[in-house]
Amino acid sequence: MKVVNNRINSIDGLGVMKGRKAFTDDFFEKESLIIKVLRSPHPFAKIVSIKKDKAEELDGIEMILTHHDFKRIPFTRAGQGYPEPSPHDKFVLDEYVRYIGDEVLAVVGSDEETCLKALDLIEVEYEVLEPVLDFESAKDNKIIIHPEPEIHQMFEIGFDPKKNLAASYHMHIGDVSKSLDESDYVIRETFFTQAQAHAMLEPHTVNARMDYQNRLMIYSSTQTPFHVRRIISQALEIPLAKIRIIKPRVGGGFGGKQAIHGEMLVAYVTFKTQKPCKLTFTRKEVFESSYSRHPMRIDIALGASKDGLLKAIDCKILSDTGAYGEHALTVFMVAGSKVLPLYNKVDSVRFYGDVVYTNHTPAGAFRGYGAIQGNFALESAIDILCEKMHVDPIAFRQKNMIKETETSPIFAIMGEGTEGTAMSMDTCKLEECVERGMKLIGWNEMYPKKEAGDRIRSVGMAIAMQGSGIPYIDMGSATIKLNDDGFYNLMVGATEIGQGSDTVLTQIAAEELMTDVDKVVVYSSDTDLTPFDVGAYASSTTYVSGNAVKKAASELKQMMIEEAAKILEVSNKEINFDGKLFSSGDKLISLIDFSNRLTYSEDQKQLQVTSSYVGHKSPPPFMAGFVEISIDKETYEITIENYVSVVDCGTTINPMLAKGQVDGAIVQGLGMAMFEDVKYSKNGKLISNDFLNYKIPTRLDILKLTTEFVDSYEQSGPFGAKSVGEIGIDTPPAALANAVFNALGVRIKDLPITPEKIMREMRSKQ
Amino acid sequence: MKINIIINEQRKEILIKDNEYLIDVLRRNNYLSVRRGCDNTSCGVCTVLLNDKPVPSCSVLAIRCNNQRITTVEGIADEAEKLAKYFGEEGADQCGFCNPSMALTVYSLKLENPNASDDEIKEYLVGNLCRCTGYVAQHLAIKRYLGDKL
Repeated sequence: MKVVNNRINSIDGLGVMKGRKAFTDDFFEKESLIIKVLRSPHPFAKIVSIKKDKAEELDGIEMILTHHDFKRIPFTRAGQGYPEPSPHDKFVLDEYVRYIGDEVLAVVGSDEETCLKALDLIEVEYEVLEPVLDFESAKDNKIIIHPEPEIHQMFEIGFDPKKNLAASYHMHIGDVSKSLDESDYVIRETFFTQAQAHAMLEPHTVNARMDYQNRLMIYSSTQTPFHVRRIISQALEIPLAKIRIIKPRVGGGFGGKQAIHGEMLVAYVTFKTQKPCKLTFTRKEVFESSYSRHPMRIDIALGASKDGLLKAIDCKILSDTGAYGEHALTVFMVAGSKVLPLYNKVDSVRFYGDVVYTNHTPAGAFRGYGAIQGNFALESAIDILCEKMHVDPIAFRQKNMIKETETSPIFAIMGEGTEGTAMSMDTCKLEECVERGMKLIGWNEMYPKKEAGDRIRSVGMAIAMQGSGIPYIDMGSATIKLNDDGFYNLMVGATEIGQGSDTVLTQIAAEELMTDVDKVVVYSSDTDLTPFDVGAYASSTTYVSGNAVKKAASELKQMMIEEAAKILEVSNKEINFDGKLFSSGDKLISLIDFSNRLTYSEDQKQLQVTSSYVGHKSPPPFMAGFVEISIDKETYEITIENYVSVVDCGTTINPMLAKGQVDGAIVQGLGMAMFEDVKYSKNGKLISNDFLNYKIPTRLDILKLTTEFVDSYEQSGPFGAKSVGEIGIDTPPAALANAVFNALGVRIKDLPITPEKIMREMRSKQ
Repeated sequence: MKINIIINEQRKEILIKDNEYLIDVLRRNNYLSVRRGCDNTSCGVCTVLLNDKPVPSCSVLAIRCNNQRITTVEGIADEAEKLAKYFGEEGADQCGFCNPSMALTVYSLKLENPNASDDEIKEYLVGNLCRCTGYVAQHLAIKRYLGDKL
């Protein structure tokens, strides 16, 4: 392969570095109306009255929107397949506010200062209600967070708002109680994972205008432009054909932009006033009023036999979706479906539990999406079990973990919100990942720990899997056309959000067409101009959209060969095409002459192909993550000395960008493992609502990352590729917890793993 | 009120409000490479050079820039291009929302301390947050850039 799996610079890095217009907020109209949202000061309240006349009299105020201005059409902000597996439990504006930061009303004015003045002049009377702030007491609580009658589920997801349930789920294989009873070793543990904020550096932003065809044209920093178009159309009753969503460059998403944020208000105001309009979240609003990762309580029991076989996994999860149920069921299910099959030789598995509403900032999609929570619990529990059994945790994993050609019944039972798809592991290089990782971290020399003066050094590890898109649901498509002078346009619905998908998809097209990257001009994510794609989520772009691109390129190549055969007056089979020249014996025509001839001189026609792809399976990437830490013996402050990731993601289409995906995800995972924590005051106010109170890793926190890929070729993937976007985030919490145990003999079961918690455990141990 | 300001070596007379921050004045005047990432001087995305020193433009009152020199990434285009090449080669390109501010800060480090050690690089750039890359690839790219002569 000449283009794929080669070191090729990203196609857009230069222009972005030089500060060219690229991001959503670079494209708003100068005279745009500005929207500012009045946000609830109460975790739960009913709006009794709104006095807005003084504010309306202010010069420059265009309108003030309250819940009275909107028809009561419930929708979900979650951008997912349709019908959505998330409950329709949100209104554009509602008479209830359900968390501190929820939308009360929106002020629309000529500039921000005027809007802020207006906000000060508005008086809202609330009937303050008692909130539910403890997610463990949310179910069947006398306080009902969603009493409104219009809300509903699109299909059965266990939605029961009278019980504060956004979703619930149960699955089992075999008789788990019996298996546990019969096991020689049983452990039962409870883990807690915290909410985590995406903290992408570009805040949510959207702007709109009516175009010269009187259509609503929206620039949005979104991961799911086609879902945004559909949800706006449904909730505001604007015909789909009247809406165009353009996704410019996105300044980071990580799942945070897999939902509607300001789009609804901006669309409404622009459509209503016919004037351009914009809404940009402040950083405080990003923290307080978008969504974060679902906090979970995970009760897990493992049973094993004397001969070192894992026999049973019993996993009960309680997930906190906050005020609204975005991705409630699907995140919950991934905590099982992309975690439990790691140990596929068990006799029985049970996975069940609830996703509850509380009066906290909602939870939603976030890279790793359930998998990181489930992985922390399971991979911590495996080490706890091994400790109890006095067996080596790596040897135990090697014996029990999933291997190439094997399968797990879980794949067929659990999908995302629906049933899953049976598949066997055509590629699974987990054994190689573990072996190589042990070498790179120096496991045998380090395990479990080494004294180093006033510090202790230790190692810990975890294994992980992910998916590659959602089979039979996620669709990607690509259009490729040949231009005069022999270059191509590639149009994809796939959503570049900084992860490099434009570059990767261009490489796939260029490889198939045997040309260079600079001969393929990519344009992505414009609902008018590019074919449909579900968007950037579920680790789908390289595998699903990449397959669509490869298919389109292959079909275009065939079409070109047919045309060349006509010109050279030979059969299709006799044509040899090397990317630059069509030849048959001594007859030949260059691609440039060929494309110019088709464009301008003879038998003129535009050659263009659109193809789509829907996965029939979701081949998991696998990885082994190893951390070496040092801990101060007195303060228990942890330093990450090195994080080794050995990943099987099939072919790396762009090895450098793939490494970037893993490195970035490891560091986000380390943030969650070590200090990132969404914190609330006792009355439900978010404390961690800026970068000073919510610390993300800085470059001082990261000493060394060692990321490698093992040789692997997934037949069903484009040029052998699987996904790589999410897998990196899964292992750090468990690997760190295991390393801390190996160093000090204390087990931290609630994230983040802070020196304070370690000290508490050390004291109670003594 | 009006201020005289030199932006990327061009002298400009710009109308400002007395309580306006530099970032808003720059964006209003189409210097769109200067972007806002937070509300309180904690992310580094809005960095510009004020008389060759990196400052967060969200916290500098525009009026303080009267008769001062401001540099945005457009003012160091050749240097940004060099850094972009190394970012590309090291796989440090991701969303790039912070890259123009990164380029300005790295350029300023090069003026101040071209032989900066690993720790000095990290400390100089600690205020420039990145949520995408995990920093390691950026660090390698920055080191190579500093190795080039100005």
